[in-house]
Amino acid sequence: MLPFYQNLPFFSIMLAMLVSIVCPLVKRTRPCYNLTVLATAMLFIFSVIVAICTGLQGESFTYQLGHFPAPWGNELRAGVLEGIMAACFTGVMLLSLTGGHQDFESDIENGKQNLYFLMINLLSASLLAQVYTNDMFTGYVFLEISGIAACAVVMATQTGLAIACTIRYMIFNSLGSGLFLLGVAILYRCTGQLLMEPLHNAVMLLSAQGSMVWPMIVSLGLMTVGLAAKSGQFPFHSWLPGAHSNATTTSSAILSGLVLKGYIIFEIKIIVRVFSLELLRQWHLTDILFLFGVGGMIIASLRARKEEQAKRMIAFSTVAQIGYIYAALGLGTKLGIAAACFQVIAHAFTKTMLFASVGTLIDVSGHEKRLHYLRGSARRAPLAGAAFTLGGLSLCGLPLLAGFGAKYLIANASFYNRYLTVAMLLALAFSSLLNALYYLPAIINFWMPPLEDYPVVRSDRSRRFSLIAFMIVNVALGVWFVPIMNLLLHGIELL
Amino acid sequence: MLEHIINMRFEIAAVFLFAIGFMTLLHPNLIKKIIGINIMDTSIFLFLAAAGYVDGRTAPIVTGLGADPSQYINPVPSGLVLTGIVVSVSTTAFFLALTIRLYRKYNSLNLDKILLLARKGKEKV
Repeated sequence: MLPFYQNLPFFSIMLAMLVSIVCPLVKRTRPCYNLTVLATAMLFIFSVIVAICTGLQGESFTYQLGHFPAPWGNELRAGVLEGIMAACFTGVMLLSLTGGHQDFESDIENGKQNLYFLMINLLSASLLAQVYTNDMFTGYVFLEISGIAACAVVMATQTGLAIACTIRYMIFNSLGSGLFLLGVAILYRCTGQLLMEPLHNAVMLLSAQGSMVWPMIVSLGLMTVGLAAKSGQFPFHSWLPGAHSNATTTSSAILSGLVLKGYIIFEIKIIVRVFSLELLRQWHLTDILFLFGVGGMIIASLRARKEEQAKRMIAFSTVAQIGYIYAALGLGTKLGIAAACFQVIAHAFTKTMLFASVGTLIDVSGHEKRLHYLRGSARRAPLAGAAFTLGGLSLCGLPLLAGFGAKYLIANASFYNRYLTVAMLLALAFSSLLNALYYLPAIINFWMPPLEDYPVVRSDRSRRFSLIAFMIVNVALGVWFVPIMNLLLHGIELL
Repeated sequence: MLEHIINMRFEIAAVFLFAIGFMTLLHPNLIKKIIGINIMDTSIFLFLAAAGYVDGRTAPIVTGLGADPSQYINPVPSGLVLTGIVVSVSTTAFFLALTIRLYRKYNSLNLDKILLLARKGKEKV
């Protein structure tokens, strides 16, 4: 008899999809919003149960859909890492939704809000599917669903600029999906498999025999470039600042904090479960990941410094932070992968908090997005100002905050790859300095006396709750990053 | 050599189609971009379908009991192509819907021009 918790990954994906179908059928917006929040809370609880149960059992499990064995059936696979990532994604989604209910009412056209929640639920479903899937083609289908839902979320404000940015996002998305599917097709031709475990066995056998090596390298390269284009990794990031800065505040937070990370977790699963780190190092693909990662860390930070708009500055900072993740993957060690996973979690919570707080600061400054006009905004909305300050300092690498934990773990992982240690440490130092050069002036500007007198605005209760929760989690990640890293390492061992 | 090219005809056609699709995608006209993406998708479907095709075998539709599996082509790639086509059609529909909206707002299909107008906030009233 299958233990009940092993059904939860499947139930989670189905629940999110079912709620997304129900949303347009509900006539009023409020019940639809409540239903979405309730479903997301249940997804969070399910994910935590999966993480705890697999952690206690000390093993991952494979769930066969319809009880058809490989290679005919479709499978999900869950372990500690998948559980933690699913809990992180659903937790961030829950806090973003609870904090953003006023945005939905003010920024999205009446009558379209239920469709917006449909897209949010589809995003939850596709994120969970990317975390749990054990099948490459299912992964591709959910990549596409995630891409379409994310584009629909960007264009929810219906402004001309938002739609133009959406179509640009959509082009990169389609290109990324096409390249990924081509990679899967080549791999299928080489191995005749699509499920990750039989694929891994076939890839190892072929590489040991020395046959089909180049097609497999091309296949992995295409899949990586496809996922990099979708996750906004340098040099495929040109769509990201426009798309993320022209969406509603909550949408920006969800897109920047979550959607990009789903693709990265799927990439990590492909690297570890299908190809193995040894093969990646042998084929020198880790070096390419490292190079592009470091390029993103530096170039996106330099670009963020020049930005005059607050949301675009944060969006460029996202590209830089994605660069940290790819650079950590490029170290080609399990410690590097675990550090990348920690950065995924730290950035998910921090960037969502930054977008939520800057959205509030923009709202209390007459909806002016330019940094110059946001002077004194933190005094008008002190809690949002405090959240932005904490998030900005976290990304600069201040100790006891999540960003410091991520940087420390990446630096620590670099010592196990002696060829890249110096380059990684220099890149981390330079990038942190650049982060400080654009976040600190923004923070100081926000806390300066305002040019005109404005009343202090008290955020609504749900926004206050979400900002405080984000700040607490950020500090918790910064204080307890070592035990969390150990859990992630354990999860990667079980992957 | 010629035999090898004939055997690989589907793959070679797929590569050519992908290149044509990619070049069309680079055009600033939105409709041409959409056509380019569709050609690229089609090239991948051709590549995938060719993976399951075996010369001399038939479609895997079993009409009676005791059929010999060696008579049929591999059905898995065909199934994947069908799913891929559904995804591609949905993406194209979404693309076209966005294009219509942009055309109504800016009276143009040139993405570069639309982005320029959008940044200046010049929507058609």
